[in-house]
Amino acid sequence: MTDAPILTVSDLTVRFPIRGPFARKLGEIKALDGVGFDLAQGEILGLVGESGCGKSTLGKTLMGIQAPTSGSITFEGKEIAGRTPREARALRRRLQYAYQDPGASLDPRWKIGKSLEEPLIIHTDLPRKERLAKVREILTSVGLPAGHADLFPHEISGGQQRRVGLARILMLNPEVVILDEPTAGLDVSVQATVLRLFRDLRETFDLTYIFISHDLSVVRLMCHRVAVMYLGRIVEVGPVEELMDSPKHPYTQSLLAAIPKVNGPRVTENFWLEGEPADASNLPPGCRFQGRCPHVKPICRQEDPADRTVGAQTVACHFAGEVFPPVPTPKESTPA
Amino acid sequence: MTDALLTVEGLSLGFRGDGGFAHILDGANMTMKRGEIMGLVGESGCGKTTLASAILGVLPRHALEIRGGRIRFDGIDMLDAAQGAQQQAVRGRRVTFIPQDPFTSLNPVFTIGQQIEELMKWKSPRRPVGPSRAPTLLTPYPRARRKADREKIMEMLNLVQLPRPEQLLKKYPHEVSGGQRQRLMIAMALLPEPDLIIADEPTTALDVTIQAQILGLLRNLANDRGVAVMLTTHDLGSAYEICDRITVMYAGQDVEAAPVAEFFNRPTHPYTAKLLASLPEGGGGMTGIPGELPSFYAPPPGCRFQTRCDRATEACRTRPAPDLAGPAHVVRCAHPLFQTTPATPLKEVQA
Repeated sequence: MTDAPILTVSDLTVRFPIRGPFARKLGEIKALDGVGFDLAQGEILGLVGESGCGKSTLGKTLMGIQAPTSGSITFEGKEIAGRTPREARALRRRLQYAYQDPGASLDPRWKIGKSLEEPLIIHTDLPRKERLAKVREILTSVGLPAGHADLFPHEISGGQQRRVGLARILMLNPEVVILDEPTAGLDVSVQATVLRLFRDLRETFDLTYIFISHDLSVVRLMCHRVAVMYLGRIVEVGPVEELMDSPKHPYTQSLLAAIPKVNGPRVTENFWLEGEPADASNLPPGCRFQGRCPHVKPICRQEDPADRTVGAQTVACHFAGEVFPPVPTPKESTPA
Repeated sequence: MTDALLTVEGLSLGFRGDGGFAHILDGANMTMKRGEIMGLVGESGCGKTTLASAILGVLPRHALEIRGGRIRFDGIDMLDAAQGAQQQAVRGRRVTFIPQDPFTSLNPVFTIGQQIEELMKWKSPRRPVGPSRAPTLLTPYPRARRKADREKIMEMLNLVQLPRPEQLLKKYPHEVSGGQRQRLMIAMALLPEPDLIIADEPTTALDVTIQAQILGLLRNLANDRGVAVMLTTHDLGSAYEICDRITVMYAGQDVEAAPVAEFFNRPTHPYTAKLLASLPEGGGGMTGIPGELPSFYAPPPGCRFQTRCDRATEACRTRPAPDLAGPAHVVRCAHPLFQTTPATPLKEVQA
């Protein structure tokens, strides 16, 4: 792992206008609001948060599927925000995006082999024989029999479709892969094998991952660093162990407390976070977590907190390091 | 057992399809007591939803083939065609349903209020049981009952912690968030004052923070009202949160049923043990269960887990009898991980 970041994002902002009759602009949704982070070569960065907090928008903006309103994205020293489609296509070889639902992103009328071959046709000028050889090679490396190239997507299971989705991404030897909810909708037994595959592939192909997920236990297992997003802003970022063991932002604290833990105290009996995220089109002034924060003070309603460094983490909270999760009432855990 | 609300005994059913007969449920057993929260756990495609739909009687009739077994709900045989009228009175009223996906379960062209009122017109506990004499479209909704139902609706919406219920009733489903929609579904499941709620993965579509709220709500309401809840889920964490007892299914067979503490600390069936080991926080990390579910068109005879089980022997080719691994802890395995005793003597005592 080298120290030079392979991908740098600074002050990235994406706004979606809300349009009324005659395309009159009624307001805007701040999908991303001043997001910035670095990604080192070989690192796995976790991106967590509730649905609607902008995780997927961030992934899509990095890929160039969505144009940013302002801010910059530097990939290997080159600015990639706001490129023309032709330039973006060349960049996309190196930066790949794995979709949330692999079954839906495969053409149901194309055999898997054809779906896998397509990126090679678009981006390279390999002869057909070499393309087919490459398809077989990649299929084997994601743990599928090479004969699967002749099957249709509906003939294989969800876990296998996920592998095919990965295989298609690996066809072009990318450097950074954005995994958008790669384990959503999978059973625990399948999830574990898929996660192990991600790890193995990272070793083999020397990949860097951005791992978008809302499952914190998976993130803990996979990632080196985690960024927690809330309503379009990164509220806390830090190394996975420190962030999970001593979260500093009240939102991270409640997110961690919400995970059901087998044989631990029951979350449902002492969960303190109430309500749902605020409307992203109509954010109140000040901190965006104020409506749900158990520690809210007058300053939180006036000033949006700046990022500050506490320990190993960077936290956007006025009281970072001073607030702790409410102590749950000690309850007998179930005896063995 | 006298206090059993719902018993499923040796239910065996499947569907006729192009590839032959798909044998989905193969001798599934399950018992639920009144006021109990039971988790029905298993991988996707193991027949959890089919079992839930069979209890509700909503399986597609043209392709369905029942090969044996019984479903008894409070003395009513839910599969006997002769008891159709009684079954009709039970469904939607004494047994209600919370669907998996709150986004597609409300009609987008009617307001939420219209949809709840429609439900209450037919399934209100204040409506006399039985079919109405008037034709369906002309069935009256008496003003006095409408008013009483309206009050109940308001009370229930407050109970499930929905903000500003009056305005909410005038909204369309797309105007409220997923968490709010799932709260609505819970409210609608509770309004007919049922004895049993079948919740089919009620939190898979929701975020963890909302999931914790919804599960807590479900547990409190069930406890306060003495409603039994059958929670089908593949998330063992949420099953641990609110269930009293857990039944594990594998490929249409029940393999283990145990009280929640026993289940997590002394998993006795090899499948349960592997399921627990594949939890990300289980310490084992990324173990997983190698292999895939057997085909329903040609399942292996006997225990269906034998194809993926490392303890499988010739004895697994017949379905093992239920054994006891502890109090109320039933296991069906020829090679259990803990010592078991045959369950038959206990059954006789209870009968």
